[in-house]
Amino acid sequence: MTTGGVARATARGGLLDRELVFIAALRRAGLAVSSAETVDATRALGSIDLLDRESLRAALAAATCKRPTHRRTFDSLFDLYFPRRMGAAAAPDDNDEDGDGAADLDAFREQLLQALRDGDEDAIRRIARAAVEQAMRGDTPPGMQAWLGHRLMRDVNPEALIPQLLRDLLGNGEHSDFEERVARQTINERLRQLAEEVTAEIRRRLAEERGLGAVERSTVKPLIDQVDFLRASRDDLAELRRQVYPLARRLASRLTSRKKVDEQGRLDFRRTVRASLATGGVPLQTVHKPRKPHKPELVVLCDVSGSVSAFALFTLMLVSALREQFSKVRAFAFIDTCDEITRFFTPDTDLTGAMGRVVREADLVWFDGHSDYGHSFKVFEERFADAITPKTSLLILGDGRNNYRANGGDELRRLAGRARHAYWLNPEPKYEWGHGDSATRAYEELVDDMVECRNIHQLTEFITRLLPV
Amino acid sequence: MPDSSTVQPQFASVADVRERLGGAGYLADDAIATTVFLADRLGKPLLIEGPAGVGKTELSKAVAATTSAEMIRLQCYEGLDEARALYEWNYKKQLLRIQAARADDAWEATHDDIFSEEFLLARPLLSAIRRTEPTVLLIDEVDKADVEVEGLLLEVLSDFQVTIPELGTIAASRRPFVVLTSNASRELSEALKRRCLYLHLDYPTAEREKAIVLSRVPEVPEKLAEQIVRTVRALRAMELKKAPSIAETIDWATTLLALGIDTLDEESAVATLGVVLKHVSDQVRAIGELKLS
Repeated sequence: MTTGGVARATARGGLLDRELVFIAALRRAGLAVSSAETVDATRALGSIDLLDRESLRAALAAATCKRPTHRRTFDSLFDLYFPRRMGAAAAPDDNDEDGDGAADLDAFREQLLQALRDGDEDAIRRIARAAVEQAMRGDTPPGMQAWLGHRLMRDVNPEALIPQLLRDLLGNGEHSDFEERVARQTINERLRQLAEEVTAEIRRRLAEERGLGAVERSTVKPLIDQVDFLRASRDDLAELRRQVYPLARRLASRLTSRKKVDEQGRLDFRRTVRASLATGGVPLQTVHKPRKPHKPELVVLCDVSGSVSAFALFTLMLVSALREQFSKVRAFAFIDTCDEITRFFTPDTDLTGAMGRVVREADLVWFDGHSDYGHSFKVFEERFADAITPKTSLLILGDGRNNYRANGGDELRRLAGRARHAYWLNPEPKYEWGHGDSATRAYEELVDDMVECRNIHQLTEFITRLLPV
Repeated sequence: MPDSSTVQPQFASVADVRERLGGAGYLADDAIATTVFLADRLGKPLLIEGPAGVGKTELSKAVAATTSAEMIRLQCYEGLDEARALYEWNYKKQLLRIQAARADDAWEATHDDIFSEEFLLARPLLSAIRRTEPTVLLIDEVDKADVEVEGLLLEVLSDFQVTIPELGTIAASRRPFVVLTSNASRELSEALKRRCLYLHLDYPTAEREKAIVLSRVPEVPEKLAEQIVRTVRALRAMELKKAPSIAETIDWATTLLALGIDTLDEESAVATLGVVLKHVSDQVRAIGELKLS
């Protein structure tokens, strides 16, 4: 099978096999696709035009991929298992760029320039394919293909086209900074598409040469809810932020709610009698007084030292999200001493700015800037003891790595004892707790619960477990 | 397994969906058209998730308009219960009936009588199931309702039937086209998701968004529409609290048009930024990043 799309070349039976193999790959990647959903997917394939690849993608996604966070994985697997076409990109029966036209680098860049200028997505895709085709034509030694993408993008050097593109988009006349900024954004977006197309095409070609299994393992990124906070990349962090907001809301409501909202208060006798008049004096429905709404009180105490800096970033996201949802949230940060950081997170500040101010303005370093839980707890108790009342839930975030200093267990015991609940979220894997300078074991028994919280998935589980008490 | 006899497809093909939705003023892309087509063809509920203002509710309205179906809407909120979603007995009327009964009426007869259709108040879910005409049932913002409501929906959405203890089971004679929308403020249960086809609606591509603006605000010059769309996309690329939605893009076009502005420059952008960005911090940030000021 060297030319012709999968859908064209395979009989229906073949397609079913392909679909099942694809679903098995989805499951390996962590998407829980049920048998019922597999049946749905198959029925869906029976109803659509299989030659339309985007329809095929949409149909499979509708039946099997039901979380936005799984979509990235779904798409990269779909591109592997249902490639646009097999073999060389420049198949003669296609409306492709004419054969070797791209050989000449200048002509090629001219085409690219035009496609980027017009924002023509199909053209960008065609060009990316032709470029990969061109680059792979030479004898690439096995194992070197991974470098192709980098080398190709370096040779083409699309960044060099930016000034020209800017001129074209803005026209010759006068233009303001504002217009230029917007134009730059647009260009960046198109360049990103180009890079993505190149990567996808290389991946597809590799899959053909080495078999799907090998490529699948190396190209499928972990699901975003499994990404370790301590090892998150910048892209991951942006994605994490989107996930954290709804979670923060749930966390705060779980920690603070006392009763379910719909449970009613005491009987309102007068209004019950009034209501019974409509039914001839028979009190069919009782009327209750509304409960006084419970004022949530939450104190977050978080370690923002270097050893957990990636986690700290996440922690501050969580704090900022919590602050937006609930007024009675107080946040404290510490490295080797402790300061209140609530003021940096008013509902209208933006997160990046607030993080910068925490580092610059808050009084977090006392001695040497290495974590000191003992001193931090002591300072917290001296300065902010009144923050914790019997109505407060205390949430501590940190790895408990104390650089072999005094661990301040007595202070923590008093603080946790005074609060209604005390929970500790620890970004370290559980098997590392208590090893080296970790004082985790000492703290573990002082709080209601200490949980491993390395990724969104674990955070979600923790929140789900916290039943309204 | 759904009984296919009650499924009466309204659309002939994916292209047909796209064309007819287009006629109703909704520009669908490949994914949307395919998923709507499948939901219709397979008779499965369609769960649409996505940020606010990307046209989730609009889509179901367009489907209703183009299939000349009546739209029944169940707006979910915290505390929504069976009596508001499914059905309720009309207590007051039942009581009147009992009091009006003559002394020699047998209790048995009265009993059968007061638990009949006449005393039943149908709420959206039941009404949608009982209708014989084409119906679009929109269950809006499912994520706002309590988890218990999801359990209630399971029976209705998997078998398209409702069991009323006193009357028996009422099955749909004609399956409604069901759309559930969610802003993903909480994760819906796996059981509910399994029964639905899923569509994640996100911000559209630049091309499509421009087409949407032009179709909704036809008076706007194409050049201005393009500028607006590009600027909105630049705004979405920033880390904002609330990224501008399609609805806000359209509002912006309308506003600029009403003010008689035909090119979006710094001055007009700053003056009307409030239309697209609804948080002060977002505005400050946008002005900073786009070097407006």
